[in-house]
Amino acid sequence: MDQLLQFIISGLTVGSIYALVALGFSIIYNASDVVNFAQGEFVMIGAMSAIFLMKAGLSYPLSAFLAIGITAAVGLALEKFAIEPAKNATVVTTIIITIGASIFLRGAALLIWGKEIYGLPPFTSNNPIQIGNATILPQNLWVMLGTAITVLGVKYFFDHTRMGKAILACSYNKKAAYLVGINVKRMLLISYGLSAALGAAAGLLVTPITFMSYGAGVMLGLKGFCAAILGGMGNSMGAVLGGLILGLVETVGAGFISSGYKDAIAFFVIMLVLFIKPSGILGKGETERV
Amino acid sequence: MALLEVRELEKHFGGLKAVSHLSFSVEENMIFSIIGPNGAGKTTLFNLLTNIYSPTSGSIFFDSKEITHLPPYRIARLGISRTFQNLQVFLNMNALENVMVGCHLRSKAGLISSALRLPSVIEEEKKVRQMALEALDFCGLAHVAHSPASSLPYGILKKLEIARSLAAKPRLLLMDEPAAGLNDTETAELCQLIRQIRDSGITVLLVEHNMSLVMEISQQILVLNYGQLLAQGTPEEVQKNQEVIAAYLGE
Amino acid sequence: MKRLSGFLLFSLLCLALPIFFPDNYYVTVVGLTVFVNITLAVSLNLLMGYAGQISLGHAAFFGLGAYSSAILTIKYGLNPWLAMLAGAIMVLVLSYVLSRPILKLKGHYLAMATLGLGIIVHIFFVQADELTGGPDGISGLPELSIFGFAINSDIRWYFVLCSYMLISVLFSLNLADSRAGRALSAVHGSEIAAQMMGIDTAKVKSHIFVFSALMACIAGSLFAHQQDFVSPESFSFFFSIELVTMVVLGGLGSTFGAIVGAFILSILPELLIVFEDFEVLIFGAILMIIMIFLPEGLFVALKNKVSETLAKSKEAV
Repeated sequence: MDQLLQFIISGLTVGSIYALVALGFSIIYNASDVVNFAQGEFVMIGAMSAIFLMKAGLSYPLSAFLAIGITAAVGLALEKFAIEPAKNATVVTTIIITIGASIFLRGAALLIWGKEIYGLPPFTSNNPIQIGNATILPQNLWVMLGTAITVLGVKYFFDHTRMGKAILACSYNKKAAYLVGINVKRMLLISYGLSAALGAAAGLLVTPITFMSYGAGVMLGLKGFCAAILGGMGNSMGAVLGGLILGLVETVGAGFISSGYKDAIAFFVIMLVLFIKPSGILGKGETERV
Repeated sequence: MALLEVRELEKHFGGLKAVSHLSFSVEENMIFSIIGPNGAGKTTLFNLLTNIYSPTSGSIFFDSKEITHLPPYRIARLGISRTFQNLQVFLNMNALENVMVGCHLRSKAGLISSALRLPSVIEEEKKVRQMALEALDFCGLAHVAHSPASSLPYGILKKLEIARSLAAKPRLLLMDEPAAGLNDTETAELCQLIRQIRDSGITVLLVEHNMSLVMEISQQILVLNYGQLLAQGTPEEVQKNQEVIAAYLGE
Repeated sequence: MKRLSGFLLFSLLCLALPIFFPDNYYVTVVGLTVFVNITLAVSLNLLMGYAGQISLGHAAFFGLGAYSSAILTIKYGLNPWLAMLAGAIMVLVLSYVLSRPILKLKGHYLAMATLGLGIIVHIFFVQADELTGGPDGISGLPELSIFGFAINSDIRWYFVLCSYMLISVLFSLNLADSRAGRALSAVHGSEIAAQMMGIDTAKVKSHIFVFSALMACIAGSLFAHQQDFVSPESFSFFFSIELVTMVVLGGLGSTFGAIVGAFILSILPELLIVFEDFEVLIFGAILMIIMIFLPEGLFVALKNKVSETLAKSKEAV
């Protein structure tokens, strides 16, 4: 029982990270129908930038803030220089473009930051809190809290701000959005920037727990994709839910079966879900029109 | 018994009854048209007949065999083919290849024998090519045989779909708004073509908005309104029917 | 024989190369990798290019072939050819069972499922170390011989892998214009129309999935014997992605496109080695640039250009 509690705590922590990555996936997918395989690299860039800004002597909060800005800029650049020029690209082509971008960003990170593994200090003192026989690190709480605040912020942005609604309008129907005077190009850019910033936030939250290196974004990105699919591609809150569920399932599964198969369990679950309900947990089935 | 028989067909989308309470039958060797205002359920009916949508209830018989729940490809095997309102041409092939796909049911080379290109495959390929060329020629498309489908104009693509369906040598051909988007000359040609198809022994089920075309070539007309049968009869009978006039003029 | 003129020219080129350059590193060493990659790209193109079904897990079947050969010959002392056959049968069954539920999916969902398959198989290679040797892999496969003729030198392997590659290419070209190939293209073009033409689309997709998996599986067995070593690294998610990239880079749907793509992606790392740490960066950049500016693929773009120019010069006459 205590063990289960421990798994749930770790599961929700890693699930929160997946949720943020998946949310980023979902935002870009909604805005441009692109599955961004470079999403995991945003996480890595966010974390690595903060690490090196701190090394350069900046304070933790300032480094974190700048790191999010840097990552958002990378997101904007990705849209501007890779996605926008490839108009009318097919699903497969955009997949390859974003994979190319992910390799490119990894390559750049390798050049700038090298192959070493780095960490960030926890946000606050790291004295474990005991609940029964389970321990929570304050950073676990920070991850969950940070994710909750970010998700609510994003939800508020889309539900209640003019710009958020404009982006949503673009995702439903670009032509119609354009006709009512929305600057579609700019909304696309903003979506990528926002999505990248979310990735960076995930990176900042998770690095005090798991460390970071130039190649660490790949698996995080794939898990985020998993979570987004689990929640129903394009459904933002579904993506968040998918992330939490994926984190829980994988941690509990790994705990009771074998930690070496942790990633395999996640992908196994995703395949099972797809076989049973191809449109994800919260996704709606599509009907083809003839 | 009639070639096609529909009994008490129902299709609901959520609360919307797209087709309800519909029964009718189509005799062999005629041009049978289905008309009705936009949203009357005509295309839905076609999708039900070919089981692209499965009906909520009711049954469909073709040549005395129940086909209500057969998958589309098995319905095709029994001798039903169709064209589509919004084109479903294979844009990744040329015109001839499109029509050669139509010959799928009249040939049998499998994956392995095709990969090995056995002599029997080469022989069959020649025959298929011939059949496809004939179907293209029948529709007056011989001159575009080797053009990529993606480069052909809309009117030609509509005919190409007809040629593709004919290549399957169906007994019943479902045509979904073949005249939509065609100019007068093209429509006149189409009218001629549909007659020729019927004369070659294929029963034609036609959904069409162009009333003069429908009235000119149909033997039987069925009028749908809000998914229900409003009237059925010869063109003359339908034209005189008060309810039909009211539905079209919109009270 | 016009249909196969390109193929004959290509075969001649491949078979003649080692005669003129018997000791060239690029021919007898890199060449082997190129042939394996071409075979894999051509097999993946059947699924992706012809039938329009994306797969991000093709390396799994390649790996299953390689590991079957390694495990069955080394641990169970099976004859190499029997081991290869056993591996193929296993992949046949596995891919057939998985094909139906996987290929019901479309677009990104299909991408996810095939990605998952590839990753699960890769993790299995890493984790099931009693069977697979874990991350270190297995080495010391027995020699492969054909009718007592041992394949034990680079140049002999060159001809074996080249032959298998050419057979795959021939199969792929044969399929392109055949009833089965057209059924695949029809599924790609419009599944609903394909069904209305009497094509059992689920069956067609399932069959090509199995066929393509088998081609990759046998390539894997040969690869394992040639390398004399298998390790999980060769069959990772990244390699699956590389295979997809080969197919798309050359031109989706074109057999020669797959060949060109596989060739470029196999040679590129060799050429980029001089850039050392810049290699990854440049590789990513090239990939993006080609896909942005030539989304139809290098080979197909070139082919279209040539036929356009030819058509123009004809008009001019």
